[in-house]
Parts: sequence; C-alpha cells; structure tokens
Amino acid sequence: MAPFDPRAARIALVAIVTREALRFVHQRERFLAALVRPLVWLVVFAAGFRAALGLSIIPPYQTYITYETYIVPGLCGMILLFNGMQSSLSLVYDRETGAMRLLLTSPLPRWWLLTCKILASTLISMLQALVFLAIAAAFGVRVGWTGYIAVLPALLVAGLMLGGLGLALSSLIKQLENFAGVMNFVIFPMFFLSSALYPLWKMAESSQILYVICATNPFTYAVELIRFALYGQFNLPALLVTLGAAAGFMGLALWGYDPARGMIRRKG
Amino acid sequence: MTAAPALSVQGLGFSYGAKRALDGVGFDLAPGAFCALLGPNGAGKSTLFSLMTRLFTTPEGRIEVMGHDLSRAPNAALATMGVVFQQTTLDPDLSVRRNLAYFAALHGIAGRDREHRIDAVLDRLAMRARGHERARDLNGGHKRRVEIARALLHDPRVLLLDEATVGLDAATRADITAHVHTLAAERGITVLWATHLTDEVLPEDRLLVLHQGRILADTTAAAFAPQGPLRDVFLDLTDGTQHGAI
Repeated sequence: MAPFDPRAARIALVAIVTREALRFVHQRERFLAALVRPLVWLVVFAAGFRAALGLSIIPPYQTYITYETYIVPGLCGMILLFNGMQSSLSLVYDRETGAMRLLLTSPLPRWWLLTCKILASTLISMLQALVFLAIAAAFGVRVGWTGYIAVLPALLVAGLMLGGLGLALSSLIKQLENFAGVMNFVIFPMFFLSSALYPLWKMAESSQILYVICATNPFTYAVELIRFALYGQFNLPALLVTLGAAAGFMGLALWGYDPARGMIRRKG
Repeated sequence: MTAAPALSVQGLGFSYGAKRALDGVGFDLAPGAFCALLGPNGAGKSTLFSLMTRLFTTPEGRIEVMGHDLSRAPNAALATMGVVFQQTTLDPDLSVRRNLAYFAALHGIAGRDREHRIDAVLDRLAMRARGHERARDLNGGHKRRVEIARALLHDPRVLLLDEATVGLDAATRADITAHVHTLAAERGITVLWATHLTDEVLPEDRLLVLHQGRILADTTAAAFAPQGPLRDVFLDLTDGTQHGAI
C-alpha cells in the first residue's frame, strides 16, 4: 500500500464514521443525556435568569432578545463540548479495551486515523445539535432557514476543535478513573468562562480578569461562530480562532499519540 | 540462495524509564516459518509486539517486515502483517460480520471483495449463520477464532499472535493452536506465536525463549528439550519464574 492511498483512506473514513454511528445507535441513553442537559438550561435556568439578566442589543442581534434566544448558540456549543469530552472518554475506553490498538496498527497514516475519529464524533455531535435546535424551535426560539443551513459549517468547525481537544486529552489521560478530573478542570471552566451563558460585556462589568479569561477562551469563539451563523452572518475572527485552536488541539493529539512517545505503552 | 526473511528483528532495545524491557533482541523468521516466542510473564513479549506493530517506537534496533523497514515505511510494513492481540479487540456491540467489515475497511478492502472475503472466513469457521450475532454473545474460543480469521482477512504474509489463547480452557487452547498451525501450513505465512505456556509449543516449532528482555535460546523445541519435558528445561533456564505454566 502506498504511504497515503486516497481510496483506502476514504474506505477507512466511512468505516470509522459508520462504527461511531452504530455505537451511538446502541447507546440511546447517551443521545438523550446529551439533549437533556441543554434542554434543562433552556427550559428551567433560562426561565429563572430571564428576569435577572437584561440583554442589550449586541451583534448579531438587531433587537432586544430573550435570554432563551441568547443561550441557544451556547447550548449548541455545550452539546459539542460534552460530546467532544464523551468521545475522549470513549477513546480512553478504546485504549483500555484494545480497540485503539486495532485502529493504530492499520496501514494508514496515524494523523489520518485520528482525523477520522474526530470527524466521526463531530458528525454525531452535529446531529445532536440539530435535534436540539429543532426542539428549541418548538419552544419558540427560531431562526431563519438560512441560519439553519449556515450553522452547519460553523458546527463542523467548532465540533472539530472540541473533538481535537477531546482527542488530545485522551492521549494524556492514563486511566478511565482520571476522567472525572476532566469534568472539573476542562468542561466546566471552558463552558462557564465563555460567552455561552452571558455576553462578555456582562462579565467585564463584574470582573476584568474573568472577562480577559473569557475573551481568550477558544470556546467563546466557537460559540460566537455558531451564534453569528445562526443569524446568517459570518464572524471572521471567531472562525480564525476556532480553526487555529482546532489545528493546535489536533497537533497536540498527534503528539500525544506519537508512537515515539508510546502513549499506549504497557509493560509486557 | 537463502530467501530474505519475512520478519527481521535486529538489535532491538527498549526501556520503560530506568527499567530495561528489551535488550539486544534479534532474530530472523524465514517465509512460512512457525515460531513460538516463549517467555514468562513480564519477559518483554508484549513490549516486543508493541514495537513490531509500531504501537510505539524505539531508536534502538531495526525491524523489517517483508523487506519493509517499519520505521521508514510503516504503512507498507503493517499492510503485510496480521496481528492478534492479547486482549480481545472485537467490538462487543457489533455483529461478527460488522467487526470483520470494519477491519477490512481499515485495510482498504471494500465492496464485493470485502463481502467475499468475509463469507470465506465465516465458512472456514463454520460460522456463516452466526455472522449477524453480536460479538459479545460468542464464547471465548469463538471470539479468538474470529480474531485470528480477521487478522488474515487482508492476506498478510506475517501473522503475530500475542498470548492469543489467554483465558481459554486447555481444550480450546489446543484447538486454536492446531488451527493456527494448519492455517500457517496451508497459506505459507510466517507466524510468531507468543506464549508463556509450554504446552502450546510443538516439537518441530522454531523456539525463541525470551527472558528479562533477552533472547536466551533460538532453536527448535525438540532440540531445546531433547531429554525431557519442555516445561522443565524452560523453568530451569528462566530460574523457575514461569508463573501459570502448564
């Protein structure tokens, strides 16, 4: 086989995506859990915060909006974030059960195999985000049809970034038991220190330090990319930061899975 | 003229931090050879397999598979190799057929060719009717047979098996050992069979004894223990550190 055979690479991509989709079908609870989390925010928390949080007109919105409207893009990001971490967990599980060995000993470049894994988990995340948007529409948070189409590439780029982060983390986590730490030290800070639940100007009013952290959090840019896309607008800085972060996380993942580092080492 | 080795390992060394796992390991396997790699637990067998399958790499030594240098042309080398790992790597939630199809796809095999190969494999295992069963519903012996068959789906020239019978009862182990010997003879593929169980080694097998990261013996099983049971000679050589030997 040649160093990179496009036909073989395509066949492997389809197989990896199909396997991830089948695994998803077999884990319906995972699908429901991924939807319940943002729906609780949308239906319960948003109702409580609506009165407390006044939102001024900020781009891409051209009028005053409800809090539910504001947080929907952030909740799409939440789905992608949690799914990225879920795929990280499943990669650690794959490593412990040996399935990762099967993948990494196939005659394709490792960067391609890892890209296939990220792409597979991203496509599943996008599906969940779209189902969430449909439910949000049923609760009255609607955007135009162009928004639903324009959000697809935004979800893809954001999903790749968070999938890359999940992959990088999976290379650093030694055991499944250590995964709880990811929850506390990655997911929660990344989500709460972003523009997902409140606009950054609100954060700046409360704490300049927290505002700077939020403004440098790549998840903020992923959320803004989704937010602008939902309203048919293009946010170049958000795209560039999200793409840059995706490349950085992917590079970190490749380093983590480099055979010279022996990520899957086991004493024999 | 001697045929070029199917698998060549030269001067291989590897350390886990300060612990030396492999030290100057070297051997050549001729095309079609069946070789047992016998070593007690912790001898370095799995480390050697991880290096031979490029799960990790080392700057010490060189590995060639069918003439392809594993560090310079890893994809070409891996394409000629089938591997059965110590742990089962079947996806328990997928059917037998889907497990085989997934592996075939990772080796660039698709379409009708893939279906024909899977049918042939299932026929050989007399499991065509069970192809749609989930892998988790198979017993340990069948799982192993499917994994061995899967490792041969892409017609490799070299088959590596790392403690492929671990966790199975004696009768199933004997059955699988005979099965792999038959496959190797029929297909003329080179087999490296790692085990810590002496009863899995046949007298005519080439034998490599690995202990504390070094090759202590490279001969045939019959020549290694001409007088008595292989187990006794092996235990003497490895200071009786063979745990769980039969």
